[in-house]
Amino acid sequence: MVNLIWLIPLLPLLGVLINGGIGLFTNCVLGKKLNKIFAHSVGIGVVALSFLLSAGCFFELLGMSPRLVEVVLFQWIPGGTLSTALGPNPLSVDWSYQLDPLSSVMILVVTGVGLLIHIYSTGYMWDDSGYYRFFTYLNLFMCAMLTLVLAGNFLVMFVGWEGVGLCSYLLIGFYFHKKSAGDAGKKAFIVNRIGDAGFMLGMMLTFVNFGSLDFTDVFSRVAHLPVETGFGILSLITLCLFIGATGKSAQIPLYVWLPDAMEGPTPVSALIHAATMVTAGVYMVTRCNAMFSRAPETMLVVAAVGALTALFAATIGLVQRDIKRVLAYSTVSQLGYMFVALGVGAFTAGIFHLMTHAFFKALLFLGAGSVIHAMHHEQDMLRMGGLSKHLPWTCRTMWMGTLAIAGVPMFSGFFSKDEILWKAFSSGHTLIWAMVWLGAGLTAFYMFRLMFLTFYGEARKDPHGHHHHHPHESPKNMVLPLVVLAVLSVIGGYVGLPAMIGEPLGIANHFEHYLDPVLQLPGEGGHAAPVHGEVAPAPAEAGHGEATKHTAHSAAMEWLITLLSIAMAGTGIYTAYIFYIKNTALPDRLMALWPRTYQLLLEKYRIDELYDALFVNRAKDLGNLLRRFDNVFVDGAVNGTASFTLSTSGLSRLFDKHVVDGLVNLFGIVSLRLSALNRYIQTGLLQRYASAIIFGLLLISIIYAFLS
Amino acid sequence: MDFFMPSILNWVCYLPLAGFFLILFVPKEKQALVKWIANVTTAAGFLISLPLILSFNDPAYIDKATGFRFVLKAPWIPSIGVQYYIGIDGISMLLTLLTTLLGFIAVLSSWSAITVRIKEYYAFLLLLQVGMIGVFMSLDFFLFYVFWEVMLVPMYFLIGVWGGPRKLYAAIKFFLYTLAGSVLMLLGILALYFYQHSVSGIYSFDVLEMQKLGLPHNLQWWVFLAFFVGFAIKVPMFPFHTWLPDAHVEAPTAGSVILAGVLLKMGTYGFVRFSLPILPEATKEFLPMMMVLCLIGIVYGALVAMVQKDWKSLVAYSSVSHLGFCMLGVFAATPVGLQGGILQMINHGISTGALFLLVGNVYERRHTRMISEYGGLSHHMPVYATIFLIMTLSSIGMPALNGFIGEFMILQGTFAQPDLRLYAGIAVSGIVLGAAYMLWLYQRVMFGPLDKEENKAMKDLNLREIATYVPLIILAFWIGLYPRTFLQYLDQPVNQIVERVRGKAYFQAVQNPVPPAGAVVRSNQH
Repeated sequence: MVNLIWLIPLLPLLGVLINGGIGLFTNCVLGKKLNKIFAHSVGIGVVALSFLLSAGCFFELLGMSPRLVEVVLFQWIPGGTLSTALGPNPLSVDWSYQLDPLSSVMILVVTGVGLLIHIYSTGYMWDDSGYYRFFTYLNLFMCAMLTLVLAGNFLVMFVGWEGVGLCSYLLIGFYFHKKSAGDAGKKAFIVNRIGDAGFMLGMMLTFVNFGSLDFTDVFSRVAHLPVETGFGILSLITLCLFIGATGKSAQIPLYVWLPDAMEGPTPVSALIHAATMVTAGVYMVTRCNAMFSRAPETMLVVAAVGALTALFAATIGLVQRDIKRVLAYSTVSQLGYMFVALGVGAFTAGIFHLMTHAFFKALLFLGAGSVIHAMHHEQDMLRMGGLSKHLPWTCRTMWMGTLAIAGVPMFSGFFSKDEILWKAFSSGHTLIWAMVWLGAGLTAFYMFRLMFLTFYGEARKDPHGHHHHHPHESPKNMVLPLVVLAVLSVIGGYVGLPAMIGEPLGIANHFEHYLDPVLQLPGEGGHAAPVHGEVAPAPAEAGHGEATKHTAHSAAMEWLITLLSIAMAGTGIYTAYIFYIKNTALPDRLMALWPRTYQLLLEKYRIDELYDALFVNRAKDLGNLLRRFDNVFVDGAVNGTASFTLSTSGLSRLFDKHVVDGLVNLFGIVSLRLSALNRYIQTGLLQRYASAIIFGLLLISIIYAFLS
Repeated sequence: MDFFMPSILNWVCYLPLAGFFLILFVPKEKQALVKWIANVTTAAGFLISLPLILSFNDPAYIDKATGFRFVLKAPWIPSIGVQYYIGIDGISMLLTLLTTLLGFIAVLSSWSAITVRIKEYYAFLLLLQVGMIGVFMSLDFFLFYVFWEVMLVPMYFLIGVWGGPRKLYAAIKFFLYTLAGSVLMLLGILALYFYQHSVSGIYSFDVLEMQKLGLPHNLQWWVFLAFFVGFAIKVPMFPFHTWLPDAHVEAPTAGSVILAGVLLKMGTYGFVRFSLPILPEATKEFLPMMMVLCLIGIVYGALVAMVQKDWKSLVAYSSVSHLGFCMLGVFAATPVGLQGGILQMINHGISTGALFLLVGNVYERRHTRMISEYGGLSHHMPVYATIFLIMTLSSIGMPALNGFIGEFMILQGTFAQPDLRLYAGIAVSGIVLGAAYMLWLYQRVMFGPLDKEENKAMKDLNLREIATYVPLIILAFWIGLYPRTFLQYLDQPVNQIVERVRGKAYFQAVQNPVPPAGAVVRSNQH
C-alpha cells in the first residue's frame, strides 16, 4: 500500500476534475447548477478514500524498518549541467513522493481534519449558489496540501506550497462579488509570494551548495557538516527558507494576510487558515531540521520571531469584536508557539503542537461557523450573548476546544504548549520563555472572553434595536464534525505525554519516538547523525543533547515551569471571568481609562496602514513614475527622433526647394530671359531682317572706315 | 512520402504561401470561402509541421556534418555566395511549431472579429506566417534577412488597416523602429560576410560556417553591438521597448497574438542563434550590461504594467518583463539557463498569446480595453473566468504550469554561475511583481459586483472561442508537468552554444559526479 502514496494527493485531484469538469459543463451548456448531492458525494468521497489510504500507509509504515518510502513517478525536470560547490552537476528533479514518520503524521492530520471539514461544509454551504465550485476548490486544496507534505524534494514541495497559496486565494475570494473578499485574496497571494521568493532563493542556494534538491540527498550531505559558527551558508539558506515560512505560516513581518483571509467561508478558515495550510511553514522547517539545527543564527531568529509573533498577535486578539478575527489572531499567535519550539530545537514539540492545534483550532472555527450560521451571518460578538441555550452542542464542543487552547491541564493543548514552554526554558532561552508564558495568559483570556461574550450573559441587541430571530442549533452534519474534533481536542495530547508525567507511569512519549528518525540533529562533535530513516534510537537520543536529559533536578524544574503556566492560564481565565461575567462594566471602564491603547490594539497596531504607506502605495507611485518616465523620456526619445527626422527633412525640403531646385530654376529663368531677348531678333518679318542687314552692313562699314 | 519528408521544411514554410495565392484568386465577396481557406491552410500547416518533432530523431533526416535536421541547400545567387539553405535544430523546431500553432489559432480567432477587408486580412496573415517560419529555418544570413524583412510588411498592414484608433502611428512606428534595427543588423551581417571572405577567400552567408570563424576581438565587439540593436529592438529590451505597447494596443487581436507569441521571439532567437555562438568573446564582455538590461526589463516592465489602465497595454508591458526573464536565461549561458530561456519563449507565446486572445474576446463584445470598464465578469462567464485564471497562473509561474518550469530553470541556471548570482537574486523579485499586476488585473476585471449595464449582457465564450484555447491549455499543463517532451530537443544545441561561450571546461568534471548520498563530502568552511 505504501507504494500507492502518490494516490493520496491524486484522489482529491480526481474530485477536482469530476466536479469542476461536470460542474462547468452543466453550468454553461445545460444552464443549471450541478446537483449538490452529487457534488459533495464526489468531494467527500475522494477525501475519504485519501484518508483511508493515509491510515493504511501509516500502519504499514509502523511495521517497516527503516520507516521511509520513496516513490518516483517520473523525471520532471531533466538535468542540464550546472556548476555547484560540488563541481558540475546535473539539475535533475524527479516528481517524487516520500513517506516517513513526519509526513505520515501530516497526511493523517490533513486528510482527517480535511474530511471532517468537508462533511461540515455540506451543512454550512448548502444554501450557497457556488456549492460545486466550493467543493472543487476544497478538493484542489487537499491535493496541493498533500503534495506539499508528501513531496520528496524541494521543488515538488514548492508545487504544493504554491498550490495551497492558490487555493487559499480562490477560497478567500470565494464570495468574489464582495470587493473586500477579492482584496483579501489578492493580498494573501501577494504576501505569500514574497515569502515564496525567499523559499525560491533558499532552494537555489541549496542546489548550488549541495548539488541536489532531493530531501534525502541534501540532508544526508548536510548531516555531515558541523554546526555553523557565525553566519555561514547554512544560515543563509535557512534564513531564506524561513522567510518562506513566515509568509505561509503568517509570522512577523508577513502575517498581515491571515486576519484578512477570514473573508472566506468559515470552513475554509478552519481548514486552510487554521488547521493545515498555515502550518506548512512549521512542517517545512521541521523537514529541513538537518539544516536549521546546524544554523544557530537562524534558529535564534526563528525562536525570536515566533515568540514576538505569539505575544504580539495575542495582544491584538484581546480586543477584537469579530469572532473570527479573534480566532485568526489566535492562530497567528499559536503558530508563533510552534516556531518557538522549532527555534529552540524542539522540532517534535513543534509538530506535536501543530497536530493538537489542528484539532482544537479547527474545532473552534467550525464552532464559530456554527454560531455565525445560527446568527444569520452576524460575526460581531458584542451582538451575541446567551447563545448556550440555543446552541447547546456548539457550546459544549467549543468549550473542549477552549480548554485545550487555554492550556488547562489534561487537555491536548496543555501537553503540547507546555512541552514548548519547557523546551524554551530548559534550552536557556529565558526571555523567549517569558514572552510565550505571558502569551499563554493572554490566550486563556481572549478565548474565555470569546466564550463568555458569545454564549453567556444576555442576548444583546443589534444596532437596529431588535433581537435576532431565534438562533437554532446547526444540523447534524455540522455538529458531528464538532463532536469528533472535540474528542480529539481532549485526547489528542496523550500520544505525546511529557516525560515528567509519562516516565513515572512507564508510558513513553510515543510521538517523540515516532518522529525521531526524521531528525538529523547535530550530535556531540557534529558528526554521526543518523542517516535519514534509520531506526537508531541511541544516537537519536544523543542527538537531543542537553534538552532531553532528565535529571532529577530538571524534572523538578519542569514541574515548576508547568505550575507556572497553569497559574498563568488560570489568571487569564479568572480575569476573563471577572470582566465578562462578574463585572461586565469593567471592560468599558478600562477602555475609558486607556482609550489610546485600546484603539491601537483594536486597529491592530495599524500595521496594514504602515505597510500600505511604506510598500504598497510606494510601489504604485514608482509604477506611475516609471510610466511617466517611459512615456516622456524613453518613448519621448523615439518620438523625438521621429520629429527630429521630420524637421530636418523639412529643412531639406526648404533647401531642396530654394537652393537645389532654385539653382535649376535659376538656370531656367536665366535662359528664359536670355531667350526672351533673343526673341526680338527672331520676329520673322522680312522688312526687319532687311533693315537689320542694312543697318549691320552700315555699322560694319563705319567700323571698318574708322579702323582703317 | 519521398516527395514530402525530405523537403518537409519547404512544405511547412510555403503552404501558407499557397493559401495566400489561393485567397488572392477568390472574389472578395465570398468571405466565408476566404475564411475557410485561411483556416484550413493554417490548420494543415500545423498538422504538417508535426512530423518535425515526431521524426526529429530519425537518422535519415539528420545532416551528419552539422547536426541540423531536414536540411535543404541549393545555390541561390551564386555570384555573391547566397544560398537557399534551410534546416532546423531543436531550438528552431520548437519555435517553428509554436509559429504554426499560433498561426492557426490567430486565424481561427479572427472569424468574427474582422469585418472589413476580410480577403486582404487573411492574405496578410498567411504571408506573415511564411516570413516567420522562414526566419526560424534559415541557415543562410542573406535568406534570414530576406524573411526577416518580409515579415514586417504584412504586420505593418495588419496594424495599419485593421488596428485601433491610433493605428497609423503604431504601424509606422513599428515598421520604422524595427527597420532601423534591421539595417544595423545588416551591417553586422555584411561585416561578417566580408571578414569571412578576407579569411577564407570565399563569399558565403552560411551561418554555421560563420560560427567557426573565431573573429578578432575588436570585430566581435562591433558586430555584437550591431546585432544587439537589431535584436534588442525586436525582443524588445529596455530601452527599445516603447514600440511594443503601441503596436499591441492598436493591433487587431490576431496581430497581437502573433506579435507577442512569435515576432518577439525572433529577437531572442537572434541572440541565441547568432550573437552567442558567433560572438562568444563579445558575449562574455557584454554580459554585465545585458544582465542589467534584463533586470531593468523585468522590474521596470512589471512596475509599469501594474499601473496601466489599458488591458492590452498591461499585457504588453508584462511581455517586456517576461522577455527580460528569457534574456536573462539566454545570457546566463549555462545549459539550464539557456534551456529555460528558450522554453520560456515558448511559454510566453502560450500564455501571453492566450492573454491577448482573452482581451480580444471581451473587446469583441464590449469594444473597450479599459480595465475600469469591466468588473464582475465571473458572474456570467464561468468558462472565460476559468481559462483566464489558468492563463494568469501560467503567466505568473504557478508550479505545475508551464511558466514555472521556464522561470525556475532560468533562475537556477543563472544563479549557478557565481558571478551572476546577484542578478538572479534580484530577478526573483520579478515573481512577486508578476503576481501583483496579474492578480490585480484579474481582480479588477473578473471579481467584484457586476455593476455595469453593458457587461451584464456579455455572453460566455462560444465553442469556436473555446477551441482556440484548448491547445494552449493542454500545452501549458504538458510543459508544466512533463517538460522533458520538449526539453530533450534542446540539450544538444544548447550544450553546443554553452561550449562555444564558456568553453569545453564547463562540462569537464561531469564525469566526476557528486559523491553518492551518505559519502563524506567537503565540509563547509565559511
